Amino acid sequence: MSLLKVLDVAGTGMSAQSVRLNTTASNLANANSVSSNIDETYKARHPVFAAELNRAMGGLDSSVGVKVQGIVESTAELNQEYAPNHPKADENGFIYHSNVNVMEEMANMISASRSYQTNVQIAEAAKQMLNRTLQLGKS
Amino acid sequence: MAINFEKALGMHQHTLGIRSRRTEILASNISNADTPNYKAKDINFKDALNAAKSGAGVSLNRTNSAHNLGFSTSMAQNGLLFRNTNQPDTGDGNTVDLEVERNLFMKNSLEYQASLDFLNSKISGLRTAIKGQ
Repeated sequence: MSLLKVLDVAGTGMSAQSVRLNTTASNLANANSVSSNIDETYKARHPVFAAELNRAMGGLDSSVGVKVQGIVESTAELNQEYAPNHPKADENGFIYHSNVNVMEEMANMISASRSYQTNVQIAEAAKQMLNRTLQLGKS
Repeated sequence: MAINFEKALGMHQHTLGIRSRRTEILASNISNADTPNYKAKDINFKDALNAAKSGAGVSLNRTNSAHNLGFSTSMAQNGLLFRNTNQPDTGDGNTVDLEVERNLFMKNSLEYQASLDFLNSKISGLRTAIKGQ
């Protein structure tokens, strides 16, 4: 029955948004990490979403969930700082900061939590509709 | 004399099916609000209802025997249309506006419950007629 698929779709939305919130939390926690060389520096991570087509009926199916295809690291520029007295400075005196953009991560956090709440409301509404349907003719 | 359920229940039996399909589509839109290149879809309720009432079917016309046999699905199955956007593209190809979709979803679920109520009252009317008063 179609309404039961709505619960599945809302579930995929919730788990995708929670992955996004997780990566945002990791980025914010590591926003001030420094290291001595470029390869070890923390680079901001973002999930990649893709629409998950359910080819259940062989034709156009109405319900399309979302899945996380993977998590990619940002290729933005790393900040170099000349600080020869820093304990982690390399032989030239440079330390490397992570490329996390705190403003962007805050916006991601707000967007992810709002999408999560909306998906919860969808699941709630579908559950109510299903319950009412089950009461059909029982009065 | 047999009861003709088709006439007794009226159009509400079709409405419920189409409303629940529209619920699915709107929920998919909302779940994919952040997916790159996802376009918001919807169905035209009036067209779908007319097609379901008249029982119209869409069968593909094969002009060459080498063509594949298409599915003969009713109009209610593939009336999917794309929604017009009222904001320019943000760069990732996603056209879902969360506010618009959420309000349409709530409205659709209210209309579904209204149809349920009508259907319920028609069924109790039939039951009263069968029992006799």
